[in-house]
Amino acid sequence: MILSLNMIYILTGIILVVVSFLSFRDRQNPRRWTTGSFWGLYAVTFLFGQQISPVYMGGIVLVIVALAGFGGVRLGNYDERPRTERLKRASKLRNWVFLPTLLIPTITVIGTIVLNKTKIGGIPLLDPKNVTLVSLGVAGLIALIMALIITKDTPQRAINEGRRLMDAIGWAAILPQMLATLGALFAAGGVGLAISKIVTSVIPVHNTFAVVVAYCVGMALFTMIMGNAFAAFPVMTAGIAVPLLIQMHGASANTIAALGMFSGYCGTLMTPMAANFNIVPAALLDLPDKYQVIKVQLPTALILLTANIFFMYFLALGGH
Amino acid sequence: MMWSLLGVFIVIVGFILRFNPLIVVTVAGLATGIVAHLPLTKILAQFGTSFVTNRYMSLFILILPVIGLMERYGLKEQAEALIGKVKAATTGRLLILYLLLRELSSALGLTSLGGHAQMVRPLVAPMAEGAAKAKFGPISDATQYEIRAHSAAVDNIGLFFGEDIFIAIGAILLMKGFFDQLNIPVTPMGMAMWGIPTAITAFIVHSVRLVLLDRKLAREYPVPPKLEPLANTKNSGQGGLD
Repeated sequence: MILSLNMIYILTGIILVVVSFLSFRDRQNPRRWTTGSFWGLYAVTFLFGQQISPVYMGGIVLVIVALAGFGGVRLGNYDERPRTERLKRASKLRNWVFLPTLLIPTITVIGTIVLNKTKIGGIPLLDPKNVTLVSLGVAGLIALIMALIITKDTPQRAINEGRRLMDAIGWAAILPQMLATLGALFAAGGVGLAISKIVTSVIPVHNTFAVVVAYCVGMALFTMIMGNAFAAFPVMTAGIAVPLLIQMHGASANTIAALGMFSGYCGTLMTPMAANFNIVPAALLDLPDKYQVIKVQLPTALILLTANIFFMYFLALGGH
Repeated sequence: MMWSLLGVFIVIVGFILRFNPLIVVTVAGLATGIVAHLPLTKILAQFGTSFVTNRYMSLFILILPVIGLMERYGLKEQAEALIGKVKAATTGRLLILYLLLRELSSALGLTSLGGHAQMVRPLVAPMAEGAAKAKFGPISDATQYEIRAHSAAVDNIGLFFGEDIFIAIGAILLMKGFFDQLNIPVTPMGMAMWGIPTAITAFIVHSVRLVLLDRKLAREYPVPPKLEPLANTKNSGQGGLD
């Protein structure tokens, strides 16, 4: 392929290297050495992820965690413009200011659905296994170039503004990756099996409604623990839905699958373990309470979980 | 067997006690590995491998320079100004519209037409805040945070309950693969179709909540009755004072 996911990682790594240097030089950051080291080591994982052996990489990851987890990433000085100045700029650029931002989703979609099978000289243009991610990376680069043209500003300024957002996100930036790691260790340690055993041991198997409740609530709870409905689905479905709903009561597998997965998504809305959906956005939007997005989602998630239970009972089992 | 749940226990207690999530998750991972009798090098390797494999989750970093630079040139301010011109716009209505677009585009498989870094931070949240400011004047920090949290929530809910309606999305393929292994017949079309009732319910339930958000904002920020210019009110007969 011409554009691979690894190239996008290297591009990200280069940005992080610059962010790291800018952090080291930022004298107004009370922890500039740890902040810079954090972004620098993070850059290493993007630049040399394939080359460094997993054991050493594990060591690097633990250092990154220690740097960020114990408050080593702090805010510095980003030479921000005051609001009056920004308003002046906005009235000058007017709606052109939106163009680079809107290019990102637009180019990503074009790459994903139009260029996904494009070949140049018999070689695929975009990495066929990672079309969306590569498209996002390319979109980011094109948008950056467009932003520099529109603003007539420098790449260094752009990365420094990016650093402002990255430092604000801080430790939350790597939480999704750490949670994925935890999910893998949970799987290796047999956590899924233990939980499905507990759930199956407490439900009355002959009361169909109770089984439906156990499955849907189980999907939500397991998803909350694992942070991912995809991890919960095979375990809970094999443990409860297949033997007790599909085989015993003849429920339609299509309906069970659709509603089971949605029950898991209700769990995703309620857990800090789904950090990329719930914690990172809170950080990205400068919310002081990192759990506020979850709190806002909680009522909708609970109502939908209840609705799912009734949908499953009536649509998959005909209400008996 | 039950020892394998030690990691889960650490996570739950850690989050309740509000320790730094990064530390909690790492300690839980180490503990899970240790009680599963994995050698330390194996646990370290697992940390390294998973971290590297899942770098794709953090690719939003790549677009932060664009967002940051455009913010310097008034991106948020322009988004607020733009929404301020639309008289009918309220925070709730704007978020309902975004919810609808996010859910529909996800149902068509266009899940990348959104996202917290791409759309919420630069556009949706400033517009939602701008709509409130245009209507009520200055708003408190707490209100700003609440509106922002709602903006993020709308992106998630639209994505989650829209995407499973699309037959070629990862979730549908995963479920198909799972049932195929067990020789239980399922079809992507069938699974996508049975998702529709929940998808519609999600839109209705959350839209109602956004209407309630509008009402709550209207209660918190009562719009003062339009003051007549002083010159006219002077002799307009303030009844009881004479």
